[in-house]
Amino acid sequence: MAFLSDPINFIATWLRELLLGWGLAQGAVEAILKFLGAGAVGTFGLALVIFTIWMERKMYARIQDRLGPNRVGPWGIFQTLPDMIKIFTKEYITPAGADLVVYNLAPILTVSGVLLTWAVIPFAPTVFGTDVNVGVLYIVAVGAIGTLGIIMAGWSSNNKYALLGAFRAVAQMVSYEVPMVLALLVPVLLGRTMGINSLVEAQSVWFIVLSPLAALIFFISSLAETGRAPFDLLEAESELVAGFQTEYSGLKFGMFYVGEFLHAFTISALTATLFLGGWRGPGAETYPILGMMFFFIKTFLVYSVVIWIRISLPRLRIDQMLNFNWKFLTPVALALLIVTAVLDKIVVTALADQFATETIYLWVRGLIHLTANLLLGWAALRLLAGGEVKARRVVGQPRPLAVPPVSPPAPETPAAEIG
Amino acid sequence: MDVLPIIFVIAAAISLAAAVMVVTARNLVHAALWLILTLFGVAALYVLLEAGFFAVVQVVVYIGAIAILFIFAAMLTRRMMQDTGPQLHKAWPLAAVVAVLLFAGLMAILVSWPGMDSAKPALAEGADPLRQLGLALVSPDAYVVPFQLASVLLVAAMVGAIFVAREKNP
Amino acid sequence: MIPLSWYLIFAAALFSIGLFGVLARKNAVAILLGVELMLNAANINLLAFWRYRAPEGVAGQAFALIVFAVAAAEVAVGLALIISIYRRRKSVIADEMNLLKW
Repeated sequence: MAFLSDPINFIATWLRELLLGWGLAQGAVEAILKFLGAGAVGTFGLALVIFTIWMERKMYARIQDRLGPNRVGPWGIFQTLPDMIKIFTKEYITPAGADLVVYNLAPILTVSGVLLTWAVIPFAPTVFGTDVNVGVLYIVAVGAIGTLGIIMAGWSSNNKYALLGAFRAVAQMVSYEVPMVLALLVPVLLGRTMGINSLVEAQSVWFIVLSPLAALIFFISSLAETGRAPFDLLEAESELVAGFQTEYSGLKFGMFYVGEFLHAFTISALTATLFLGGWRGPGAETYPILGMMFFFIKTFLVYSVVIWIRISLPRLRIDQMLNFNWKFLTPVALALLIVTAVLDKIVVTALADQFATETIYLWVRGLIHLTANLLLGWAALRLLAGGEVKARRVVGQPRPLAVPPVSPPAPETPAAEIG
Repeated sequence: MDVLPIIFVIAAAISLAAAVMVVTARNLVHAALWLILTLFGVAALYVLLEAGFFAVVQVVVYIGAIAILFIFAAMLTRRMMQDTGPQLHKAWPLAAVVAVLLFAGLMAILVSWPGMDSAKPALAEGADPLRQLGLALVSPDAYVVPFQLASVLLVAAMVGAIFVAREKNP
Repeated sequence: MIPLSWYLIFAAALFSIGLFGVLARKNAVAILLGVELMLNAANINLLAFWRYRAPEGVAGQAFALIVFAVAAAEVAVGLALIISIYRRRKSVIADEMNLLKW
């Protein structure tokens, strides 16, 4: 029963006792367990990609009215394995003039930046890598490492397209980090903590109910951080070949690929943790395995939305992408942050002990925040719609297409004589 | 057998070696990348000082923002980057002498200071330095004015940087 | 147990290396890199003194935080200046920026 309700901790306790029984020192045992845990989380994350690639291809196909992979294993579920073998056996091609160390370090950094996020995500009340008390900030920090990997890849490839792609990628990632951080501060304000575990515990009412706008802004801007459609202009193949990964082949390209898929899954997990209550659900506290189940159900729901968006929307232009960020998301996120801070302070001081039970108070607080969020979102959309109409009117007015130059025609030059 | 001193020595050694590479590397982008390694080492030292918040801020501010700015600047001034000539100017031995003298002087002062080998006092039970810092930064009788000034400085720097670096279109 | 002296020696060494970079490098961007090293050394000292000598106060932490802000501002303005100079004079060598000399 103990095993069924909390398998991970059961195994950990068993291992600890086994190692202590062998006569190892307490500190050494803890160190070994920490390393094993880190290895397990990392391997789990990477192994999950095998499954998510299949899931994505299958959903992709279904939406486009195809069948998708259906040859290897039932419903083609093992299709990723032959693909992996193929990519393992491909030749490594290193461009002439590449900066070798930086060139080889870049894919590793890109993947590790994503993988590091998994250290702070709680899968269940008792199953988590570590509980950093500045967990939210940590997530932002490791995101920076991924950006670094991309710019290193672009610069070291000694290729114009790769460098252009890296410039675009950094412009996109650095600018979308701003609304992402601002939106992340809203749960921090509501939960009065920066630790991810305590944020999940604070969500007796899910934060997506309290602040749907913050959830939306976080979701959109972290989607832009992953660099997938509709924000995939850092590897827009019609303009930039393949962006920063143009010169990569074989497993090094595979690392970027894995990094992208893992990033998409990671942002789903983050959204589920920070806004959808993470492992919270009926019975999760007594049976951690249920908490894990709830966490993964929520994560896969968000992930299917990510895939859905990727398949449905066309690529943005770079000016649209930057305008959307700086002229819409960032101001809305700033306004939302101020509104939430002021409102929550007022609510807490005025209403905290007005109600019979804690639950009613929490729901009233949630309702007030929800109303404020909806009002703010509506106002922002109205403003955006006004600007949109103006922009359309300018374009819509008839104007001559190619105006002939007014200057007198240049004297005709005699055609070059062919001797 | 304590693990922390070993971690300190490793982090400090990596940091210092990378710092030496920062000031001697010919390629500027490499110098910026070495700077990132140095800053990671310093972040590890912050963790050892039980200032996890500063370690994370170090990664966000320095590696997420400053280092990427440096790499951009090195790329934008690309022609100089490909300059394979010596990156140190002719009087560099003099600079080395000044640096070594400074280090020796600092060491002399530090060795004569009695508080040099003070051990780390335990944090008070239930104390949360981060919470104290947060409250101090916004309380009027502590650091609210410097904190606000810092934010004004950042805005001014941002405006100034954009104004200075913008290409003047005729 | 790590004594305070280790941090101070490390910070002194980092500061000296940074100073060497500032004094010896020709490239203006590299000089700014050296300044960053020096600022970091100062920050280590601030935090080490805070932790070892006055852990109940916040002065060290608050100073370190403001140093971060100043460093960010300094780099932004410094690099903007360097890029602006590079546009006009096609050079980032500090010795060649001699317009104000006579």
